Amino acid sequence: MSIELIYILILAGFVGFEIIRKVTPTLHTPLMSATNAISGISLVGSLVAAGSDDSTARILGLIAVTAATINVVGGFMITERMLKMFKKKEK
Amino acid sequence: MDFTYLTEIVYLISAILFILGLKGLSHPETARRGMHYAEVGMLLAVVGTLVSGKILTWDFIIVGIVVGSAIGAAMAIFMPMTAMPQRIALSHAFGALAAVLVGVNEFIALSKHGEISQALMAALGFEVLFGALTITGSLMAFGKLSEMISGSPVTYKGQNFVNILSFLIAVGIFVYLIFNPTNSAMFYVMIGLSLAIGIFIVLPIGGADMPVVISLMNSYAGLAAAATGFAIDNKVLIIAGSLDGASGFILSIVMSKAMNRSFANVLFGAVGSPQVNTAGLAETRPITRFGIEDTKFVLEQAERVVIVPGYGMAVAQAQHAVRELGDELEKQGIKVEYAIHPVAGRMPGHMNVLLAEANVSYDQLLEMEVINPSMDTVDVCIVIGANDVVNPAARTDKGSPIYGMPIIDVDKAKTVIVMKRSMATGFAGIENPLFYEPNTKMLFGDAKKVMQELVTEFKKV
Repeated sequence: MSIELIYILILAGFVGFEIIRKVTPTLHTPLMSATNAISGISLVGSLVAAGSDDSTARILGLIAVTAATINVVGGFMITERMLKMFKKKEK
Repeated sequence: MDFTYLTEIVYLISAILFILGLKGLSHPETARRGMHYAEVGMLLAVVGTLVSGKILTWDFIIVGIVVGSAIGAAMAIFMPMTAMPQRIALSHAFGALAAVLVGVNEFIALSKHGEISQALMAALGFEVLFGALTITGSLMAFGKLSEMISGSPVTYKGQNFVNILSFLIAVGIFVYLIFNPTNSAMFYVMIGLSLAIGIFIVLPIGGADMPVVISLMNSYAGLAAAATGFAIDNKVLIIAGSLDGASGFILSIVMSKAMNRSFANVLFGAVGSPQVNTAGLAETRPITRFGIEDTKFVLEQAERVVIVPGYGMAVAQAQHAVRELGDELEKQGIKVEYAIHPVAGRMPGHMNVLLAEANVSYDQLLEMEVINPSMDTVDVCIVIGANDVVNPAARTDKGSPIYGMPIIDVDKAKTVIVMKRSMATGFAGIENPLFYEPNTKMLFGDAKKVMQELVTEFKKV
């Protein structure tokens, strides 16, 4: 593990802070489901475990892949469903 | 060709797309395009991983993706909007579960080769510590929100002591493991203890505090994912986890400010329920009751009407009826707006989602800070299912448990119509002087039924 990972963490944290601060409060619920879907990125780690040739790793990986996929697929779908509802009425 | 290098580039593009995706959420008009960026980013990251050459067997991957997609899609399609707080809580549990399992797997694999560095153990420990308490904490929140378990706070003597002590022990084990990374028994003890802590910290939390808990769990799930990135040396995981962590962190701050709780209070998750305190002046003033016709009469005279929704609107599922009333008023040339308190409901943005579902235009949904300065020019304010967030005692009564909490200043409107089932106090158990003000009219009944009756009355003309 190298120090550059810590740089990435700090910088990403700052970027995240600045971007999220500008998210309109009206969209705070979609924000939660969207970040949830995005943090389903732990799927990539789960895939490697499920796709290994070690039986313990494969079983842990299978559960992890399932859980992460629920978040990724479900999270993005529900975010889209919510965002579709936010419309501006023509007057 | 070196696939590792290709995968790294794909991950970089994914990270950029995630950032652009969240940037889109700054406005409802750009939000959907942003989500498409994020979706493409996720697809790229998954494909990039699958072709990285690290995948040796495919059967479990296919099973996991198919089952996960089916469950995720079913939940997204069939879950009603009113169940959104539960769904969000549950998804934090899933996210944390994946992170913990990846961490455990990494620990087992590395232990076999006997090569866990202190830095790596720090990352793994952090990951499973926060991941495990997020799993059970979120499941508890899910249980309370879906009313599978009692939503009321569970407290006992010495609770804070037990909570802090167990957290300190867990942190102690964590530090021990950094210096003794080969002690796998302690690793699992830490996970078990952390699972227990997740239950402990949500036990004393009641319904109205849920927005803070959900935000906090959002943050923890993100931090666990970022730590996973450290443990398996994956940069896109660190970036996505940091974004999620930052998001939950900011929401926690927003929610805690809106409840006038200290930041430290939120950081350590020690939210707890406010003590029921009926101190303050017992009200002797009479209340004024209003009927449907009286309400209609007052509304017809108005030029500007502001509707303030609370959790009661969600419980009564009254959002559609509320929007219908709004439409009727607009037909008469009355300006209609909605004032949303940050902690109205059970999660950040709860009221906005329900009203958007009912087809209320998003530019009519105004934040507390935006509406308050012009509250004295509002002719009629309709409070529906909200209580503590409009309690003027927060401004005036230093002895009140909610003193200092920012509220929507509905009492400054010319007329306030409070829709309520009964005179019962709100979540905080505090008397609300608003109900006794001379300009306040009480309209008792089920929010949805009363709204529908009002709409019918308007349609008669």
